[in-house]
Formats: sequence, structure tokens, C-alpha cells
Amino acid sequence: MELLNVLAQQEPGELAEGLTAVGRGIVYGAAAIGPGIGIGIVVGNAITAMARQPEAAGMVRTTMFLGIAFTEALALFGFVLSFIVAG
Amino acid sequence: MPAMSALALEFPPVSHVTEWPSIFGGEGPLAVNKVVILMWISVALVFGFFFVAARRGKLVPTGIQNFAESIWDFVRDGVVMQTMGPEGLKFMPLLVMMFCFIVVTNIWEVIPVAQMPVNGRIALPAFMAVLVWVIFNVMGFARQGFGYLKSVLFPPGVPKALYILVTPIEFVSTFIVRPLSLSVRLFANMLAGHLLLVSFITITAALFTVGPGLVIWPFSFALLVGLTAFEVLVAVLQAFIFTILTAVYIAGAMHPEH
Repeated sequence: MELLNVLAQQEPGELAEGLTAVGRGIVYGAAAIGPGIGIGIVVGNAITAMARQPEAAGMVRTTMFLGIAFTEALALFGFVLSFIVAG
Repeated sequence: MPAMSALALEFPPVSHVTEWPSIFGGEGPLAVNKVVILMWISVALVFGFFFVAARRGKLVPTGIQNFAESIWDFVRDGVVMQTMGPEGLKFMPLLVMMFCFIVVTNIWEVIPVAQMPVNGRIALPAFMAVLVWVIFNVMGFARQGFGYLKSVLFPPGVPKALYILVTPIEFVSTFIVRPLSLSVRLFANMLAGHLLLVSFITITAALFTVGPGLVIWPFSFALLVGLTAFEVLVAVLQAFIFTILTAVYIAGAMHPEH
């Protein structure tokens, strides 16, 4: 770490601060991958169901929002965690 | 967290846009700040709205009573009937109040002067999640007695040996992750929306100076207006999701899984 500071010509605290910011970005970015794919699958299948059976659209929409809510929770945990990551 | 700067724009740190000074000079957890004032106004608005709507109940509703009844119908047809069935109708007062209160507390996000969602701080979502947790557990024990714990922790149809794995997972997901995710979902959505609007307001304000920035200023402003409309959608959608999850949790506790 000492050597890195000399090489980058930085104050000691700056490196840790920058790495924390990078860590925050990675925490949220990584947490968003899975839910992103998951919400895509949920909504895609809901649209297929609605197109096949438009009379069931109301029920499908309710269930779709439920599925989105459960999937999305993981991404939001990551969002909150990115603030908690010690800075 | 220090102020971040990108492209020579100074973004305020998160604490500057979510932490408000105490108004009446109080200290600690009982201090009254802008968020608390907005919450009180929301309580008064929701109470006043339904009080006025129900004061002169008419068979053929007009005006404000019509609006209140359309909200009631929306919650009954869109939430209760889809998840709990007719026996969930006795939870209608709880669910309608919850829906209206969350919509009003969320919508402060886009109201000028206020510009702060009450649910952007975790206190109110956490309290409501604890309330839901207590209600669905009480309903479970009231309906099924101690069979409730058995039906939650030992779901039928699972091979005996797998209970070593299934029981801890079910315990954590039902009694710990449910209230946690319920509160964090609402809180994080509103906080994220708030930060998004703050970021675009900062960018739009910073570009509004004579210079090269003025060329792209209209695009930034148009996106800000679009995002404001999107946040109105998110405010109502999150209230709907919170209400429907409450209904699902209560319905799940009242009926054993089979």
C-alpha cells in the first residue's frame, strides 16, 4: 500500500476512499445482474400468457407484479448494501 | 461520504438530501423534522379524505365519495379478490388505508417544496412491515393454532430427510426475510427515485449556464420531466405491491399449505 501511494502520488486516505467507491459500484452492479435477468423472464412469460389468454390478463398482471416484487428485492438489498459498505 | 464530482458537477452526498435538521430544536429519535411533518400531513390528508367522503354517504355516490369508492373497488377487485378471496374482505379497511397512506407519503417525492418521499427514510416502511409481520403471525396462530408453525416450518410433501435443509430456510424466509424485504423494497425504491431526481436536477441546473452545456440542456430537462412522471408511477406501484404482499402474507398464514 505504501508503495502504491508513492507511485500514484496520493495522500494515504485517497486510495482507500477511491477503492470504497469502486467497491460500492461493484456491490450494486453485481447485485443487479441476477434480478435483471429474473425480471426479464417474469415479464416476458407474463406477456406470453396475456397474449395467449387475454381474458386472464388481470390475474396474470397481479401475479406478475408479485413475481417482480420478489425478484427485485435482491437488487434492492444490493442497493442498500452499497450505502452500508464502510466508507 | 464526501461530495462526489463528475464532469465538473458537484453532486451532493447522500446525507445532504435525506437528512433534515430538526425543526423545533428537539434532539435524538424524537426530533421533529421535515419528514415527520410530511408524515403528519399525510395522516391528516388520508383521514380527512375518507372522513369527508363517508360523512354524507349516499346510495348513488358523487364527487369525493365517488373517488373514495373507486379506490375501495380497486383494492377489493385488484388485491383482495385476486389473493385472499371473499373471506379477505374483512381486511379491506387495513388494506385500503395502507394503500392510500403509502401513495400519499410516496407522492411527496414529486410535490414542489416538499420534494422528499417520507418512505425514503426507513422508519415508516420498517414500522409498517413490523405491523404486517404481527398481523399475519397473529392470524396464522388464530386460524391454525400451533399447526401454523408446523405448516410453515414443515411443509407437507417434502421427503423426511430434506427437513434438515428446508426447515431453517423456511424459518429465515418467513420470519426474517419477509418483513426485511417488505420494508427495504419500499424504502430502497423511494430512496433510489429520490436520488435519481436529485442527480438530474443537479445536472440540469449545472448545465443551465451560458456555455457549451446549454446545447444539451433541453435533453437533460426533458429527461428530468420524464423521470418525474416515472416516479409518480413508481409511487403508486410500490403502494400497490406493498398492499398486495400484505394480502398474500395474510392469506398464506390463514390457509395451511398443501
